[in-house]
Amino acid sequence: MKEVVLKADKLNKYFYEPTKFQVLKNISFEVKKGEFVSIVGKSGCGKSTLLYLLSTMDTDYEGTISMTGEKLTGKSKNDLAKFRNEHIGFVFQFHYLLPEFTVLQNVMIPALKLGKFSKKEIEEQALAKLALLGMEEHAHKLSSRLSGGQQQRVAIARALINNPTIIMGDEPTGNLDKKNTQNVFEILKNLSQTYHQTIIAVTHDTDFAQNSDRIIEMSDGEIINGESAK
Amino acid sequence: MKLAFQIAITQLLAKLSQTIVAMLGVTFGIGMFIGMISLMKGLNGFTDDLAMATTPHIRIYNDVKLERTPLLEEIFPNQMNLVHHQKPKNERKDLKNGFQIVNYIKNDPRVLGVSPQLSTQVFYNYGVVQLNGTISGVDILQEDKMFDLQGKIKAGGLQELIPPNDCILIGKGLAKKLNAKVGDRVTITTPQGYTMKLKVVGIFQMGIGAIDDIKSYANIATVQKIMQKDSRFITEVSVKMKNIKESGVVAKEYSKLFDYKAEDWETANATILVGKVFRDILTFAVSFTLLVVAGFGIYNILNMTIYNKMKDIAILKATGFTSGDVVRIFMVQSILIGLVGSVAGLLMGFGLASWLASIPVDFGDAFSLTRLPVSFDPTYYYIGVIFGITTTALAGYLPSRKAGKIDPIQILRG
Ligand SMILES: Nc1ncnc2c1ncn2[C@@H]1O[C@H](COP(=O)(O)OP(=O)(O)OP(=O)(O)O)[C@@H](O)[C@H]1O
Ligand SMILES: [Mg+2]
Repeated sequence: MKEVVLKADKLNKYFYEPTKFQVLKNISFEVKKGEFVSIVGKSGCGKSTLLYLLSTMDTDYEGTISMTGEKLTGKSKNDLAKFRNEHIGFVFQFHYLLPEFTVLQNVMIPALKLGKFSKKEIEEQALAKLALLGMEEHAHKLSSRLSGGQQQRVAIARALINNPTIIMGDEPTGNLDKKNTQNVFEILKNLSQTYHQTIIAVTHDTDFAQNSDRIIEMSDGEIINGESAK
Repeated sequence: MKLAFQIAITQLLAKLSQTIVAMLGVTFGIGMFIGMISLMKGLNGFTDDLAMATTPHIRIYNDVKLERTPLLEEIFPNQMNLVHHQKPKNERKDLKNGFQIVNYIKNDPRVLGVSPQLSTQVFYNYGVVQLNGTISGVDILQEDKMFDLQGKIKAGGLQELIPPNDCILIGKGLAKKLNAKVGDRVTITTPQGYTMKLKVVGIFQMGIGAIDDIKSYANIATVQKIMQKDSRFITEVSVKMKNIKESGVVAKEYSKLFDYKAEDWETANATILVGKVFRDILTFAVSFTLLVVAGFGIYNILNMTIYNKMKDIAILKATGFTSGDVVRIFMVQSILIGLVGSVAGLLMGFGLASWLASIPVDFGDAFSLTRLPVSFDPTYYYIGVIFGITTTALAGYLPSRKAGKIDPIQILRG
């Protein structure tokens, strides 16, 4: 049995604007170490909302979330920030980079914040991650000078930089063409199989979902299918 | 912290023109503060110097006593006496033991110089014109030591006043009115009718019309002769302290010791001092306003910057930066703006002060002033920098704290 790295227990979340309505309804599931999980569902069913809860950035919910055996619900924002920095790599739905910094700097910043390695080592690691995504030739460009798909690949490289326990992606391949989607998928697959990093990715791409270890299907804020692997 | 610094600098440089505008706000505030305060302090210093140029720190003289016990009271102490509109007695107005007092004070270690003198009203005669004025008999060397007479001599010299010759040193305005040059003789007449011819050996200019137009100096013996008094007769002792702040205390001490009126300069010039205090308050109020305005500028610009940087803040937080880290990044930015802006403000202030100091002015004979007086006291430059950085730090704190509180989810939802 592989150990459980993420455990969500009876998650409920409400939005109060414009009227009170429940986005997430009694969501419970577990993810094991090294598992590659896809979350699918219709637009507006609450996938992003769930991912933000799991990312520890949104703390306004009912239920409990634990990761790597640690209960995260109820922790202070500062502790959560530290946890995020070290254990979670996040790729946003709308690929966000810092526009004033170069591609390389963008990838390096979370590692500089973690402060585990020297600047020189971090630079090497960052270049390696960029190479993995075929972006090393753009390393010294300003990130605002890249195309949408290129920015998304840089954002993935940044999510990988601290070798996080869990990599979360909100449509990480949303802006990529067939070839690059395939490439990113292979990278993620490799990370989960070789390095036992856990991947949780929201996706609308059925091929992507079909090829992952497990699909969690959501509808109207509930998990309708996804307890078992494919 | 190093990382926060790097991020801060990168962001500042990326929006260079915005950064420069913010810095210029501080620069302008500090520069104007220093320029203004330099001029105000220069003017204050000038008027102080003028006042002090001719004012001794302590004057000891025989005050006319109005309140004396009526004679009647002394003779019939036990009955009810009523004396109406009593007149002062015709007392001698000199200091009886004046030279002893001078010798005593000379040995006081707190004193820089002491000068005995006597003065009287005179008429200067120029043809048929009679000009009203005063003549002071002084120990010219002591007087020079205390008031730097040498530096105020415009023509001739003061050496000839050392021996008791019938020589005179006259004010510039007076010389002009009398059409007198060095070497000429002027005739003076005392209210008592004594007339004497004195040779002009020098012309001085104190820079105050009220003095330069009426005053002249002569040897003590000469004035004693004019007043037909004996060689012990002096009316006044003026004292200059090493430390001006001790004047008040020492004056009280002397007053008790010698039993004559000893007046310190602050008491004598109370009105000047009040004016000075008001000018200082005004200067600080205006300067403070300038700095506060600069502070608001920074507050605004930082607020705007943070509004534009919401996405970036959200990303930083999502990748593990704490609120504190974000606050630090923006505080570093505002303090850097404050620091660079303040230093530039110092240069601007110095430039402004130098420019003001080069402006020629002409007050005619009333004041001997050719340029605007400007102070270059470094104290105000320190105050400027400290105030500049404090204001920017305060102005930056509120927006920075707001940045720290930004909820990344709100922004990342898009
Ligand atoms: N801040 C908010 N306030 C109120 N309602 C919200 C807010 N954010 C999202 N919602 C609503 O919550 C529901 C779930 O939104 P969510 O973004 O999680 O959908 P999603 O599954 O990620 O959709 P998509 O596939 O289009 O990204 C939607 O109905 C949306 O309108
Ligand atoms: Mg979504």
